[in-house]
Amino acid sequence: MSATEQELGEFRQQASAWLADNKPADPGFLLPQSFMEVGTEQQLDFLREWQHKVWAAGYLGMAWPKEYGGGGVEPVFQSIVDQEMRRHAVPICFNVIGLGWAGPLINHIGTGEEKARYLKGILTGEDIWCQGFSEPDHGSDLGNAQTRAVRDGDEYVVNGTKIWTTLGNFARYMILLARTNPNTERKYDGLSFFLAPMDVPGIEARPIRKITGEYGFTETFFTDARIPADCLMGEEGQGWKIAMQTLQYERGAEAGAAGGLQFVRVVINDMIEELRDMTRDGEPLLSDPVVRDQLVQLIMEEKANALCEKRGAIQALGTDYPFSVQLSHKLRFSEYGRRMRQFAVGLQGAAGSLYVGDDQARQGGFWQRAYFNNFSTTIGGGTSQVQANIIAEHVLGLPK
Amino acid sequence: MSVAHNTALAFDEDQAMIMEVARNFCRERSPIEAVRAQLDTPQGYDEALWQEIVGLGWPGLALPEHVGGSGLGIAHAVAIAESMGRALLGTPLLSTTLAGQLVARATAEARVDVFLADVAAGVPATVALQEGPDWGSDACDCRFNDSGVLQGAKQYVQDAEAAGWFVVVTRHRDMPALALVQAEQLPVGAIRPHTLIDETKRAATVDFSGVQLTPDVIIAGDQVTVALCDYYLLGALLTAAEATGSAAACLDTTVEYLKTRKQFGKLIGSYQALKHPCVDILMAIDSARSFIYHAASLLEDGPLSRDAEIACRMAKAQASDTLLQAGDRAVQFHGGMGFTYECDAQLYIRRAQWSNQQFGDAMHHRKRLATLLLDAED
Repeated sequence: MSATEQELGEFRQQASAWLADNKPADPGFLLPQSFMEVGTEQQLDFLREWQHKVWAAGYLGMAWPKEYGGGGVEPVFQSIVDQEMRRHAVPICFNVIGLGWAGPLINHIGTGEEKARYLKGILTGEDIWCQGFSEPDHGSDLGNAQTRAVRDGDEYVVNGTKIWTTLGNFARYMILLARTNPNTERKYDGLSFFLAPMDVPGIEARPIRKITGEYGFTETFFTDARIPADCLMGEEGQGWKIAMQTLQYERGAEAGAAGGLQFVRVVINDMIEELRDMTRDGEPLLSDPVVRDQLVQLIMEEKANALCEKRGAIQALGTDYPFSVQLSHKLRFSEYGRRMRQFAVGLQGAAGSLYVGDDQARQGGFWQRAYFNNFSTTIGGGTSQVQANIIAEHVLGLPK
Repeated sequence: MSVAHNTALAFDEDQAMIMEVARNFCRERSPIEAVRAQLDTPQGYDEALWQEIVGLGWPGLALPEHVGGSGLGIAHAVAIAESMGRALLGTPLLSTTLAGQLVARATAEARVDVFLADVAAGVPATVALQEGPDWGSDACDCRFNDSGVLQGAKQYVQDAEAAGWFVVVTRHRDMPALALVQAEQLPVGAIRPHTLIDETKRAATVDFSGVQLTPDVIIAGDQVTVALCDYYLLGALLTAAEATGSAAACLDTTVEYLKTRKQFGKLIGSYQALKHPCVDILMAIDSARSFIYHAASLLEDGPLSRDAEIACRMAKAQASDTLLQAGDRAVQFHGGMGFTYECDAQLYIRRAQWSNQQFGDAMHHRKRLATLLLDAED
């Protein structure tokens, strides 16, 4: 039975009150703006404690089955919590690959045993998950993955390298795409999907230092790493299909995520308010006609993105180019984010040349770091250029 | 509060139905050959087709039922304008609709019912507003004297030759006023057609000097000022909707060519240098469509809200730039063919210039948006 408007309203108030009471104080160090930016143990401990607290209060995984640590209620309750979390600007729930990608996947296609083994740890934050899809030589060409997994008795022996493994050095499990058969006619058919443990000999996750100077990703090396055969999800050769389903969760095209904030939303209003006191040519920055015009264009872009999301849900307004709005979601938001953050740095005058660590940097260098980090969204999950190809081919029907 | 907080977007079944009818009608009745056939005719549209449009009830869509209208909100005209833009279908529908809106918003007095009933019945009407090329100027030298005789000319009057009625924007006691003038009142030679960049459209300079007004055709008062602001925003929105439709059709034309034209042994649509700009245009069209229906969601019969103003201006700024981009790239991507009059790309690049200049271009609206969005609210 569906919850009534009144029940939902009361629930919202209750969630909101809890968040207000339990929002952590500023820890005194820079917190990651997304799950891809967890670089230190200090940050990790802080975020892990927060996620556990949210789960223990019953505000995470609300729509996941009760027997696996979830709340067993309608998804609308989690949506309300997520909205309230955004409104209260609380920290992110950092275990995103578990909460948002691997978890829903296991929930939807996993065996009972897999659900029992993995789901609760994802919610509590005890088991951090990472993803092993991309490889150094095959960034956007996922179907060409060459990491090998060879069956040997009750184990698979894994050799190869994965890259851009978010949280790789902290993770207990990895969703791993590896080649079990190198001789298939179609390259996709030789791939298999594993829920692989990270704590076996032969796996080394080496942190990658990013353009920000910080950490957050690893390059993960497999050298004769032996993982139990029952880590295989589905059957051998189904890896591509399962990986594609995982990407559906990642791109937000399919529901099932446990909830919680994945990233700190940065909106243009934050930038405008932050920079309002600055000057240009001795006059208030916001009175400069060129700056004004640029800002209006960015505001329009931000608003258009939000409106396109809404329009995508109205069938009668989506007949022209079906799935255009959905398929361009990542391209729109990530490229807008890049331009907006770049502009925010550019508007700061000489202060725009300062960086995190300088005590005169505005907001501790927030915008500089945010601009750099935003490249993870225009590159990760298929670069903007690959996205444009996908849209050109799938929406406009242009030839490959 | 966020500068872009209002993201209302509603589209009801009535609107969906009207959109479906409009789409089909415009596609069937205005194929590109029919558009081309009207390019050099004096009237610019097919009278029989106009009568069909009248039969569909579109001119009176947003007018009250007691004058023969359908009593639907002006929001319902957005899908029609978009569909007409998609088919590059001219006709005096937009100018007539807007003239009806201006008068209906300026006064509720019964003396204008004759005018509104004519509009609802399909007598073309148009607003005579501009006295120069500057949409930001409110200069108005077209005045009437104490005996009610008009003196002065208006430029860029859309569909002037087709119009049975003119809503002349004038001034009275230094306040904006409207004068309803019938075509028969104009002296011979009063209408001098412009040669327009967009050959699917018609506009003219109209000299109203010597036209005698009676008190019952003059509309004055504070409500006129508000109605003029709203007329101008609705004009911007309907032009934006039309431009959005044209941009989509233009993109289709380009994409179709890229899928069939081969060079260097390959379909040219496989080149990313052509592909990616098409995606940019597609996303710009998606934004424009979102803005026009967002704006439509905020329209009311009464004075438009601040949020509606923001939405209409964003819609126009986005749609104008989008069609300029789509038309420009359409010509370029057709290569040598694109440089010819025979290629349909010219129709869109010309429409783009026209649309851009109706009711203020993108910069005009962004400048006003800056004030609305960045300066402290009172």
